[in-house]
Amino acid sequence: MTTPLIELRDVTRRYDAGPPALLDVTLTVAPGEAVAVLGPSGSGKSTLLNLIAGLDRPDEGTVTVDGVRVDGLGESGAARYRRAGVGMVFQFFNLLDDLTVADNVALPAQLAGTGRREAARRAAELLDSLGIAAQASAYPGRLSGGERQRVAVARALMNRPALLLADEPTGALDSASGADVARLLQELNADGQTLVLVTHDHDLARACTRRTVHLADGRITADVTTEAVR
Amino acid sequence: MSVLFRVVRSGMTRRRTQTLVITLATLLAVTASVLAGALLVASRAPFDHAFARQRGAQLTAQFDARRATTAQVAASARASGVTGSSGPFPTTTVTPAALGTLSVVGRADPGGAVDRLTVAQGRWARRTGEIVLAVDPEGPPVRLGRQLDFPGLPGGPTLTVVGTARSVSRTADAWVVPAQIAGLTRSGRADSYQMLYRFAHAATDAQVARDRAALAAAVPKGAFSGARSWLSVRLFATRETALYVPFLVAFGVLGLVMSALVVGNVVAGSVGTGLRRIGVLKAVGCTPGQVVRAYVAQALVPAAIGTGLGLAAGHLLAAPLLADTSAVYGSVGLGVSAGVDLAVVGGVLGVVAGTAWLSAWRAGRLRTVDALAVGRTPVTGRGRGAARLAARLPVPRPVGLGLARPFHRPARAASMVAAVVFGTAAVTFATGMAASLGEVITAKNHNAADVTVSAERPGEPGPVPPEATRVTAAEAAAVRAAIAARPGTRDQYGSVTAEARVAGVTGSVPVIAYAGDASWGGFVMVSGRWVRTAGEAVVASPFLTASGTEVGDTVTLTVNGSPVRIRIVGEVFDVGQQGLRVFTDLSTLRTADPDLHPTDHSVRLTRGTDVAGYVKHLNAVLKPLGVSATDTKSVNGSDGAVALDTLAATLTLILTAVAGLGVLGGVVLDTHERIRDLGIHKALGMTPRQTVTLVIASVVLPGLAGGALGVPLGLAVHGVVMPAMGDSAGLRLPDVVLDVYRAPELLLLTLSGTALAILGALLPAGWAARVRTATALRTE
Ligand SMILES: Nc1ncnc2c1ncn2[C@@H]1O[C@H](COP(=O)(O)OP(=O)(O)OP(=O)(O)O)[C@@H](O)[C@H]1O
Ligand SMILES: [Mg+2]
Repeated sequence: MTTPLIELRDVTRRYDAGPPALLDVTLTVAPGEAVAVLGPSGSGKSTLLNLIAGLDRPDEGTVTVDGVRVDGLGESGAARYRRAGVGMVFQFFNLLDDLTVADNVALPAQLAGTGRREAARRAAELLDSLGIAAQASAYPGRLSGGERQRVAVARALMNRPALLLADEPTGALDSASGADVARLLQELNADGQTLVLVTHDHDLARACTRRTVHLADGRITADVTTEAVR
Repeated sequence: MSVLFRVVRSGMTRRRTQTLVITLATLLAVTASVLAGALLVASRAPFDHAFARQRGAQLTAQFDARRATTAQVAASARASGVTGSSGPFPTTTVTPAALGTLSVVGRADPGGAVDRLTVAQGRWARRTGEIVLAVDPEGPPVRLGRQLDFPGLPGGPTLTVVGTARSVSRTADAWVVPAQIAGLTRSGRADSYQMLYRFAHAATDAQVARDRAALAAAVPKGAFSGARSWLSVRLFATRETALYVPFLVAFGVLGLVMSALVVGNVVAGSVGTGLRRIGVLKAVGCTPGQVVRAYVAQALVPAAIGTGLGLAAGHLLAAPLLADTSAVYGSVGLGVSAGVDLAVVGGVLGVVAGTAWLSAWRAGRLRTVDALAVGRTPVTGRGRGAARLAARLPVPRPVGLGLARPFHRPARAASMVAAVVFGTAAVTFATGMAASLGEVITAKNHNAADVTVSAERPGEPGPVPPEATRVTAAEAAAVRAAIAARPGTRDQYGSVTAEARVAGVTGSVPVIAYAGDASWGGFVMVSGRWVRTAGEAVVASPFLTASGTEVGDTVTLTVNGSPVRIRIVGEVFDVGQQGLRVFTDLSTLRTADPDLHPTDHSVRLTRGTDVAGYVKHLNAVLKPLGVSATDTKSVNGSDGAVALDTLAATLTLILTAVAGLGVLGGVVLDTHERIRDLGIHKALGMTPRQTVTLVIASVVLPGLAGGALGVPLGLAVHGVVMPAMGDSAGLRLPDVVLDVYRAPELLLLTLSGTALAILGALLPAGWAARVRTATALRTE
């Protein structure tokens, strides 16, 4: 058995009011694996993703990614961990409206200290491979939803992260664009990219992953791996 | 209303930083304004209060006793415009031994309709043989019971000092009972009569001149021999504080403009970022009027708190400064006037309410859908060129992102620039003023000498009358030789003061005569040059004004009864004796007073000489000669200048803080607005340090621009205020006082704008770095 890339052990996250958002969650994800996290609204899916990304810290339990205790990192450490090891894709794209597509994509590398030329070259390469090279100097406001999500994916992959996290990546898209993004994610996983996908869309989960983790009220209620080849 | 109240309260607690900024900005604004306003009023108040209380004489007139009878003089009280009068009082001029010339008035009692004197010490004169002296705030204390001899008068009368009295109108140097006057004259009768008047109109020089003309017409021709206006007395009395006025006006105006700007901007900005909230409020049924009221209240509550605290702080700071001012006048203690408080509170709260009302009104009228869309749809286009350019700059990415930031929000950037402009201008002005005051002090002290040697002055402190310090040629030569013999002496010159009369100048004028080359003595010329040969003299601006002369003119002095013609070759900066001194070479006075010899000696030492040791050794030699040496540098310093420096420092600090707050307010608003963007950056791996860098880089350009504009503004204010300060003191300032800025200093001052901006941005930068990414991303 290979060492897991992600390992959550007895993780609990409480917000000030109400029941815990996550309660005693234990989860491991192997390198190269694709996992879909499913569950109704408010079940704690985004919280789980934020913990893995080091955007948030658990109240109890440990989060280990690629041998790094993410829950023990300070703000700077977490930032460095994210830019080196994690790519994130969000429901509402979260692109910076003031920057061109190319500048948006190049940003994570530049924050990590890569030179402007080198970052621009890699960004162009990614945009090309994701089929949106033509939009490189456009501003995000001019792109369609599907195109924006492709830019977001390109930006997430900029620093060749070990882990790609996606929170409802098709939530704001029509079904055609959604299918497009699903295909992209699946291709990336086929090339060995570890992927954690949060969604409440069962079709998307089925299209991209073979393993689905079900959350309800902050607890894992099911962890299913379909061995059968579709 | 209760719903509205809840909206206001939640608005204030949700936007805590903005609420705090409004509070602090108003606090500092009010403090600065109260301070400046209080001092402005106080600079005139002591004189005016005392003058009103004593029903001071608006005109003190002199009538020739040979050309008018007392009845005729008394009848002048019925001249048109006269509302009150006292007199006629017989007067004369006397010169008692060991005191200067005194104008003595015969008055039976200190009260009356006009010029109600305050007896300060002892009592009023009751019979002949008694005299009451006027209080001289700068003079030595008067000892009651002291005997004054009048050697030149028939019968050699002797008077006993029984009291001192204060006349705000300065109507006399001393008072006796009327019957005494005859005994104080050579002729045995009063030479003139004094009448004191108040008029219906006497607020301006022109009005006083009209009143004076009416009086002259009311008595026989030629009887009206002279008069002094209360306006000139007031100018004289407030000369020192008059210096402060232009300076305080400058700071007051700077402070008010800045405060209005910062408070207005923060208020407008907080309403601006609240647009979406306004949209929501309207969507659930708030009327535009309610929205406006809610936002005005939201700004007014913290502003009112800030105003209250600012008033307290202003009063606390003003108290010691006001105490200083009242001490100078020896008048009652002063508080900050209620008028100043009212004006400041009204002004500041007015600005807050006005800007809040205006921007909320605009927001309230915005269509609800548009207001709701704010923040969803990004304001496109603006600043993209700058962003593209910044992306290509060879600087770390966070720096580039920050530098481009001001271009996205030009209006906000402009307000930050304005705050920095005023802050830098205040700092520039204050440093310049401190330097100028330093130069003024150096120039006015004429103390380039390291050591001065003068007669030992036993007994009463204060100036010793010239007669008392007469020295013989032999004595002067002995002192001179002793100084010359002492190792370490580089140069020396002697000086002596003589009295002279000059046409057009009332009273006697001191003439300082120098033996030797005094040009190195620290005399700063406003124009012309220093004295080179016999017959030349230099004087200060007040002398030129008083005598109606210019540099280049020849003036006749009367010294020791003989005429001495002097040619004025330069205008020197001098404030001693109201700037009425004449500086010349001793040889100029040789014919008029052959027995005049230096009483004081100024010594310049060779470099590296131990001054204390020099003084000690020299004193051992000088002791038998009745003179002593002192270290000049140890006795200088001016309280007025120190007070002004302290005041400038305090006000500068406050204004800088206001400017910093202006930047802080802007950055807070900007960070609030960009919280989601910051969250994205962080999700992409921006470290806290990079976040701080970004925020700080965003104020560097406004800081540089503000500094670059603020320094010239500060220079301009200095260029206007310094000469105005001189003017109000009746002085022309030499160039060294005005040209105080050096290039490296100016560069530093320019950069101080950036420093100020960065200081203002530090706090919100730290806040932006700490904000939780997950929270930031959730914010719409
Ligand atoms: N910053 C926060 N402060 C307080 N409560 C929070 C915060 N973030 C999440 N929660 C609460 O934690 C619970 C889980 O939230 P989370 O966002 O993880 O749900 P989710 O499964 O992603 O829902 P959705 O499918 O609607 O996105 C919710 O009850 C939510 O109200
Ligand atoms: Mg979610």
